[in-house]
Amino acid sequence: MTLLDDRTSEEANPELEKKAERAESWRGFFVALPTYVFLVLFFVLPLIIIAVISFAERSRTGKPILGEWTLEWWIKLGDPLVRSVTFRSIWLAFLNTAFSLLLGYPFAYWIATRKKAMTRNFLLVLVLIPFWSNFLVRTYAWRTLLDSNGMITKIGEATGLWGKMLFTEPAVFLGLLYGYLPFMVLPLYAAIEHLDWNLVEAARDLYAGAWKAFRKVTLPLSMPGIIAGSILVFIPSLGAYVTPDLLGGSKTTLLGNYIVTQFKSGRNWPFGAALSVTILVIMMIATVIYFKKGGKTL
Amino acid sequence: MRRLLILLAVVAMLAAACSSSSDETTTTAAGGTDESTTTAAPAESDLQAKVNACQPGETDGDLNLYNWTEYIPYGSAAEDFEVTDLVAKFEEETGVKIVQTFYEDNETMLAQIEAGGAPYDLIVPSDYMVSTMADPEVNLLVKVNKDAIPNLKNLDPLFTNLPFDPNGDYSVPYQAGTSGIGFSFEALDAAGVDYENGISWGLIFDPEMSAPFTGKISMLNDERETLGAALKYLGYSVNTTSQEELDEATAILKDANSRIAAYDSAAFDDLLMSGETVVAHGWNGGFLGSFDQASTDDYDAYEYYGYAVPNEGGIVWVDLMAIPVTAEHPCTALTFMNFILDAENGGELTNYTYYMSPNLAAYEYIDPEILGDEMVFPSEETMSKLEFIADVGDFSLQYSDAFAAAKG
Repeated sequence: MTLLDDRTSEEANPELEKKAERAESWRGFFVALPTYVFLVLFFVLPLIIIAVISFAERSRTGKPILGEWTLEWWIKLGDPLVRSVTFRSIWLAFLNTAFSLLLGYPFAYWIATRKKAMTRNFLLVLVLIPFWSNFLVRTYAWRTLLDSNGMITKIGEATGLWGKMLFTEPAVFLGLLYGYLPFMVLPLYAAIEHLDWNLVEAARDLYAGAWKAFRKVTLPLSMPGIIAGSILVFIPSLGAYVTPDLLGGSKTTLLGNYIVTQFKSGRNWPFGAALSVTILVIMMIATVIYFKKGGKTL
Repeated sequence: MRRLLILLAVVAMLAAACSSSSDETTTTAAGGTDESTTTAAPAESDLQAKVNACQPGETDGDLNLYNWTEYIPYGSAAEDFEVTDLVAKFEEETGVKIVQTFYEDNETMLAQIEAGGAPYDLIVPSDYMVSTMADPEVNLLVKVNKDAIPNLKNLDPLFTNLPFDPNGDYSVPYQAGTSGIGFSFEALDAAGVDYENGISWGLIFDPEMSAPFTGKISMLNDERETLGAALKYLGYSVNTTSQEELDEATAILKDANSRIAAYDSAAFDDLLMSGETVVAHGWNGGFLGSFDQASTDDYDAYEYYGYAVPNEGGIVWVDLMAIPVTAEHPCTALTFMNFILDAENGGELTNYTYYMSPNLAAYEYIDPEILGDEMVFPSEETMSKLEFIADVGDFSLQYSDAFAAAKG
């Protein structure tokens, strides 16, 4: 930063300024080089490979035959089966995102408005603690909580409010909500904490009610957090695979499970690749919307 | 700065979430370079010549054994079951070592061999996987040298003409078993189901008979096994390539879906034993292992739980030993095959695994209690109604889609 500030005094010499700019941009390039290499090797290249595979013929063992090309797998994406699996996955991911937001917003708001920094940090750590253990282990724990002898089932039976939930759709929903809620809370917290409360005060001074001030000031200002959180919840929910298997008893096919099947017992890698590209495109669209809507501020 | 920290935390969490869900794929991807697959073709003929020149009992180095988990008695497991440590015995007899690596499903094994990374000398694929791997287009197995395996004479004729390896050119049977229904006697009694004369697949597929078990039924999460059960219930072959028959099976599975609690191939026995289910579709060895584990001096699980192949028939499977094209010590592999087909060793193997032995000579060494157990060794009448799962070629794609469609 200081470098840039210094340079303003030398504006008289445009040649020198250009040179400095070039040097600066080269420095930036070299600093970022390891990241570029990493991303190209482990992100861009695999993506290209997957895209190429999706146009290949399938061998008897399900592997792609590179050199023999077909559009068959992309046409197969239009099958009613694929469509219903896709819509179901998107619907579940959307539902999960909506409920995470509904639960996460008040919670993040509450944490962000605590006066003492200690309290805020303590509450944030509580949100993060579940991540100290593996996601798979935590999902298995839910299995024990939700089965016939599980604590949650017992409470439900005692109060007569709910029965055994293991291997039902509510169980899958609960598992997903639990798993991804922190992804919603953290960006929301960041957005709300940095809010300029003077603006809210100004709104109240100008006779806006509590609700109106929230709707007209707080909510729009925390929008970047809402969008970031929604993206972070929506994307992994869309590819959810362990949760529907373990808590839903693999009774409904979701995109994640359907893709795994193609690479394993289904033995159809090219079709699995086409499905993977599709899921990526859906996620990309979601991300573009995020950046368009001003999520840049995170 | 705090924003940055939070962003970092979120990214770390995302990474953690992603890594746990992709665990399974990393093991398959860890294979090796594509290079060895392309070089496998010319090396194959050399290997075949090497195999054909092997003498009975010859060894040419340590055995790299790629096998299913808990499938051969060794170490403390052999002690627990009071059976011979077969790994130690082979090492003692031949003077070479056995290096064991394990897998949990055929597709993982297939991917490893196709990638060509690790030089396994002996693999144990299940039925249809042998024909897939032996297919000339894929070409992942070499033919066995039958002259180097004198104990082949001990084989049960039932296992010498298998649909996926007609002359036993590529494989030698290891262990066999059935898939059927494990159930709780109490639940069947309560529902008034008569099981004295055997059970029916109707326990799962008949809307009336299975109604009392709604939400307490599990089926294998395996398209061929589960649709195979539906096909058997309808009186069709489990290897049908008729779209109409498959559609019919899909329809009755779809109807049963509302009564099925879960599709589970890993914990079907645990779910039954914990009371989560009362009717469970699964493999005999899984059930028997759990029944045995649950039994104590004063609790006999066999009094409460049973396993049977339904009267309509079911599926019989066999795991076979084969030499992949990546093998470096094929003579040791052949000697190991001969070792397993030995009468006494074959008997000890079944005493450990509780699976059916394809080795007739081994019967005299098998614990009479296991030998007399119809859950392990089905009666001839049952055997006649069992079918092997055969490779149905490209029609397998119809099976995977039918399974996904039935689940809804």
